[in-house]
Amino acid sequence: MNSKLRLFLIENAVVILFIILIAFAIPVSELPAGFLLQEILMRIGPNAFLVIALLLPIMAGMGLNFGMVLGAMAGQIGLIFITDWGIVGIPGVLLAMIISLPISVFLGWVCGSIMNLAKGREMVTGFILAFFMNGIYMIVVLYAMGSIIPILNPELLLSRGYGIRNVVGLDGVRQSLDNLIPLKFNLSFLTPPFVKVPIFCFVIVALVCLFIVWFRKTKLGQDMRAVGQDRAVADAAGIPVERTRILAIIISTALAGIGQVIFLQTMGTINTTASHEQIGMFSIAALLIGGASVTRASIPNVLIGVILFHLLFLVSPMAGKNLVGSAQLGEFFRQSVSYGVIAVALVLYEWKRQTQEHESRADLRGETEPAKKAGGAA
Amino acid sequence: MEGLKRFIADFGLPRLIIAVFLFLLFAVAPFVGVSLPAAISDTLIRVGMNGIMVLAMIPMIQSGCGLNFGLSLGVIAGLLGSTISIEMGLVGLLGFLMAVLLSQGFGAAFGFGYGKLLNRVKGGEMMIATYVGFSSVMIMSIAWLVLPYKSPTMIWGFAGTGLRTTISVEGFWRHILDDFLAIQIADFKFPTGAILVFLLVALAVWAFFHLKLGTAVTAVGSNPIYAKASGISVNKMRIVSVMMSTMLGALGIVVFQQSFGFIQLYDGPLYMAFPAVAAILIGGASVNKATLTHVFLGTLLYQGILTMTPSIFNAVMKVDMSDVIRIIVSNGMILYALTRKTKVAK
Repeated sequence: MNSKLRLFLIENAVVILFIILIAFAIPVSELPAGFLLQEILMRIGPNAFLVIALLLPIMAGMGLNFGMVLGAMAGQIGLIFITDWGIVGIPGVLLAMIISLPISVFLGWVCGSIMNLAKGREMVTGFILAFFMNGIYMIVVLYAMGSIIPILNPELLLSRGYGIRNVVGLDGVRQSLDNLIPLKFNLSFLTPPFVKVPIFCFVIVALVCLFIVWFRKTKLGQDMRAVGQDRAVADAAGIPVERTRILAIIISTALAGIGQVIFLQTMGTINTTASHEQIGMFSIAALLIGGASVTRASIPNVLIGVILFHLLFLVSPMAGKNLVGSAQLGEFFRQSVSYGVIAVALVLYEWKRQTQEHESRADLRGETEPAKKAGGAA
Repeated sequence: MEGLKRFIADFGLPRLIIAVFLFLLFAVAPFVGVSLPAAISDTLIRVGMNGIMVLAMIPMIQSGCGLNFGLSLGVIAGLLGSTISIEMGLVGLLGFLMAVLLSQGFGAAFGFGYGKLLNRVKGGEMMIATYVGFSSVMIMSIAWLVLPYKSPTMIWGFAGTGLRTTISVEGFWRHILDDFLAIQIADFKFPTGAILVFLLVALAVWAFFHLKLGTAVTAVGSNPIYAKASGISVNKMRIVSVMMSTMLGALGIVVFQQSFGFIQLYDGPLYMAFPAVAAILIGGASVNKATLTHVFLGTLLYQGILTMTPSIFNAVMKVDMSDVIRIIVSNGMILYALTRKTKVAK
């Protein structure tokens, strides 16, 4: 085989595997093409925004930002307030974003500072921090709102008089971004034939992509890359390492907050205690399915990943049902893939890192076995 | 004053706060109408239930593999053991012993594979363990649906296939340890059997770490280069520790089930590792050092808080914040351990 082609296949193994899997699952699911196309078009934009939020910490060498969940919490708090105040449409969405920003920036600063205390194990720290903050979030949303924080609309509250209901309907802002620039196609060869294209969401995603491309070229962006390459060298070059790392997390968390607002206005409901938890795993799995790794992720990875992940998300329950008569099985399959792809990506990354370390050591000392640093378990 | 400062630094501020908090909960209990004997009894029962899973943390911490967030793998082994034992129709002590025996077999096999994997990813064990655990739980969820179990007590009645989400062990081996030699005085119950088994297993772990093999495991954890120079195979010792941890996890869940009364399948084991990790950390363990004292103290403190907060908060404030407190305490403790400087002078 041509060596260039082989290299291409190896580098894109994950993407190719998932394309094959989905190509097999779509016909089995028997879902109509029009429905699939519509759902994918609706979901790409909002979800891509969230996944893009993961890019900067990867660039700064902090791995997959499991702490993005914190941003999503901020976004949800913003949405709960505007629903309560009855602000509808685009102003509502904008206000929700504006409310989320100070919260997400603050949480991002907390998250970045804590990660600086745990250098080398940012991922597991972010992961646990997300659980920890979920406890605080629950205190705010389930106990403080309606008792300490005034909530005007009693319909939002639990029957006990305080705390937000499990499900908050976002009828006021539902799909207001998606429908801002209406565009509908009549593709008669599909069932159902009408396909709505949420142009404005795509515009937003295009803008944030441009922002990332531009940001990489700025001084701060370059600093982040330097810190990501080698902290010690960056420090010697006069780059404020800790500050740069905190900024990467702050921007990531803020983007995640805005992203969650966009995502939920498309979905139309908030699951008060679960929406944010799911989104972290979904976004990370999507990015990895798109071929990214813990150290390298690009905008194409984001877009490919989001499309593949959502296709899998949509077709696997039906495919499972048609294949073995149980929709639940498809659901379990989808979840094991989401978790599994994260596990495999992490294993590959550590494996590669260890091999490199091994090689550099062998070069230096002529050793054959990699020696582990004392107490370096992460 | 110096002595007090030393003590606080040694004991760790978060642990001190938790201990004081628990003490306060016990202190106010009688004044708000919560029965103290019942509360203490509940705490002890929960210690018996969860203790072995906390013990399961020791081997991997000692060998330098960090906190075993992949304990769910051991839990899965235990679930396989207990469901197969029920499928065989064994009841009473025989059924329980069969569940334990089978779970140890599965635990050893899973642990071996898991240890092999962790040897490939030294330095990144914790995050990988978490996601290996998560994905195995989901893969096993598929298996619970399709494995050819036949026992009518376990499968869905109307579908005729697939295991139920919760399976009662009533009529098999419910409370078989808890009720063994149990001391019952009014509403106070001392679960003698469960506590005895916990102590026995703890003794076995203690003995293991005083054997040659156990010392080698500890050596690998404290200084792998030194261990290697002394002719210890680092990878082999790590596998031993992971296998041991997984097998203890498997035993732990079977003991848990006999007390709890139910087998929880599907995503039941998903977050099983977290309470165990939190408990040992509350007891004073760090990411690379853990002793039996940490296990005993941690399990008692953690389970005490879990038992006391709902009843006290319900009685005083008429709100049930126990879930939130559990989340904040356990994850706060893990965060504290992760951000602490790794080397502890002890």
